[in-house]
Amino acid sequence: MAATNIEVWQLGTVVEVRNIAANVQRVVLEPSRPKTAEPGSHIDVMVSIDGHQDKRSYSIVESAEDGTQLVISVLKAPLSRGGSLFIHALQPGDQLEITQPLQNFPLRVGAQRYILLAGGIGITAMINMAQVLRNLKADYTFVYAGRNRAAMAYLEELQDLHGENLVVHIDDEGTSLDVDALVAGATEDTELYMCGPIRLMDAVRRSWTERGLSYPNLRFETFGNSGWYDPEEFVVKVPSLGLQVLVGPGRSMLEALEDAGADMMFDCRKGECGLCEVRILQLEGAIDHRDVFYSSRQKNATEKMACCVSRAVTSKTGLTAEASPSGPAIVTIEVS
Amino acid sequence: MTEVRTQSSTTNKVLGYPLDVWYVAAWDKEVTRKPMSRKVAGRPLALYRTEGGKAVALADACWHRLAPLSLGKTLGKDQIQCPYHGIVYNSAGRCVSMPAQETINPSATVPSFPVVERHRYVWVWLGDPTKADPELVPDMHQLDSPEWAGDGETIHAPCNFQLVLDNLMDLTHEEFIHSSSIGQEELSESDFVVTHDDGTVTVSRWMFNIDAPPFWLKNMRDKFPGFEGKVDRWQIITFRSPSVINIDVGVTKAGTGAYEGDRSQGVNGFVMNAITPESDKSCHYFWAFMRNYRLDSQLITTQLRDGVHGVFGEDEAMLAAQQAAIDANPDYEFYNLNIDAGGMWVRRLIERQLESEGRLVPGA
Ligand code: FES
Ligand code: FES
Ligand SMILES: [Fe+2]
Repeated sequence: MAATNIEVWQLGTVVEVRNIAANVQRVVLEPSRPKTAEPGSHIDVMVSIDGHQDKRSYSIVESAEDGTQLVISVLKAPLSRGGSLFIHALQPGDQLEITQPLQNFPLRVGAQRYILLAGGIGITAMINMAQVLRNLKADYTFVYAGRNRAAMAYLEELQDLHGENLVVHIDDEGTSLDVDALVAGATEDTELYMCGPIRLMDAVRRSWTERGLSYPNLRFETFGNSGWYDPEEFVVKVPSLGLQVLVGPGRSMLEALEDAGADMMFDCRKGECGLCEVRILQLEGAIDHRDVFYSSRQKNATEKMACCVSRAVTSKTGLTAEASPSGPAIVTIEVS
Repeated sequence: MTEVRTQSSTTNKVLGYPLDVWYVAAWDKEVTRKPMSRKVAGRPLALYRTEGGKAVALADACWHRLAPLSLGKTLGKDQIQCPYHGIVYNSAGRCVSMPAQETINPSATVPSFPVVERHRYVWVWLGDPTKADPELVPDMHQLDSPEWAGDGETIHAPCNFQLVLDNLMDLTHEEFIHSSSIGQEELSESDFVVTHDDGTVTVSRWMFNIDAPPFWLKNMRDKFPGFEGKVDRWQIITFRSPSVINIDVGVTKAGTGAYEGDRSQGVNGFVMNAITPESDKSCHYFWAFMRNYRLDSQLITTQLRDGVHGVFGEDEAMLAAQQAAIDANPDYEFYNLNIDAGGMWVRRLIERQLESEGRLVPGA
């Protein structure tokens, strides 16, 4: 849908900020050039992190019909690249650069049955869709999984609105989501839309493929910001360019290489297109593949990586505490 | 219909086209397993049928580099392959295969538009898909009712669709443009009645005890061999917003009660018109002439279709010339006559539809 994805930048004025769950800030914006937001759409936002500008994508959670108000709700992620801290610091009256709504995750009207799956803050991508399905009286199940109630934004509103169509899974209450059981409930005509942490989405993808369900009926949105491991500092070496660069936990490998003067090719910067591919020559540590471009076969082969989102890690278990004390992971690569 | 606009753009020479509506994209027979291209309301579409026979409308531009999918080929149950680098989409417009990689980019989709097949046409909805209710397809049941027979054609008219609507809502032009077939001076002399509601406009005209023009005399003789004498004639034009006009036409032997409801002593036809905007200056004009007598005569079907083809050819030439004159005189306005009442109500309804979609540009 290239035509609907032309970035039109405008000013957004913050009119309201409110904490709606643990570390989740709801921000109401008034765009200077309003445009109706379709379900599944997001805006790109210019955030400033330590003095430099950077672009982040946030789902539009709620919007006025004519687009004159847009709501984003953002989780403060201590290990993230810093965009969420900027959003959390916003106050009414602040202005920031935002795009008009962009669409990469369109809801198709007319499917026989829908499953919407939200993990944690991924709920922000699903709320608008669920609302549309409810209005259409479609056959849908809305699954919301989280760690504990306090962390789950919008939970009560959604329970009121969707009643029995909403199924809630809460780890701390012993009702964790069983992905295989969920996918077992899908038929050939079911479309499943999901947004959540990469582990959840990988599990659903695996289960979906194992059951032989139609892959195009599995819809997901990823902004490339979640991995199997927590982000660590690591070293990237590019012998052909004579570069050795330290990639901080808040920067991507692509950004760090660009900062160091490498002329890098890229397009989506969120792990979809594969244009930022680099070849791995040598590796001390492991690769945390965060893209959806490579197949699992290709990921396991560790020959290439999408440097816009994927990282090198020392830890094999996913916990920062397990990071090797002997220093950062080192990945040696060749670029195109 | 509550609010009345004071500032009106109904006399604009060129109106925009609504999107939250069903438009005829093609005759049912045109859409096959071999993809075809057709532009509807400014949007190029690739139309094809699935193996199961369901009509599909996708945007006619591949997600990758916008190559027209209509030049591609259909595959499997419901898929179409881009002719350039081979990306395959299903009927929902989702990529199902990217030949050069092991995974599928989740963003790779082309818009798939809601489609309904009804009354021998394939209808598409280009606006908000959540509003695409098949019940909103305008009634054109004469096209596929066993009580009616006939056939039609498509004119690719080089003019704004509104000019065709204007043309059909005021048939006094028949006297001048169609003098050799259906025109007669009683048309512009006779009185007409205009009514409207939220979604329709009707113009009725009755002429009593007149000579039948050549087209109608032939039709009367098809049903009543050797017929001579005066007739009562009617034209009841019904517009269904935003782009369908059905015209109930016919003649009966004079004084046999047609106006009161008894049409048994005559012949009745329905001119079915669906005018689909293509661009600001062109449209697809789908028409058919249906009759309710001698249903099994293919000869009459063909004769009527060819006859109307000739008549509409005369309109097409005028519409092309009118659009050219409009373009050549950008500083000149339209003015209105009393006979334009039907056309003006049509413009008012279209204007309201555009307004409800938030797409009315004042004074545009
Ligand atoms: S830039 Fe698209 S996958 Fe990295
Ligand atoms: S343009 Fe269609 S696959 Fe490249
Ligand atoms: Fe005419």
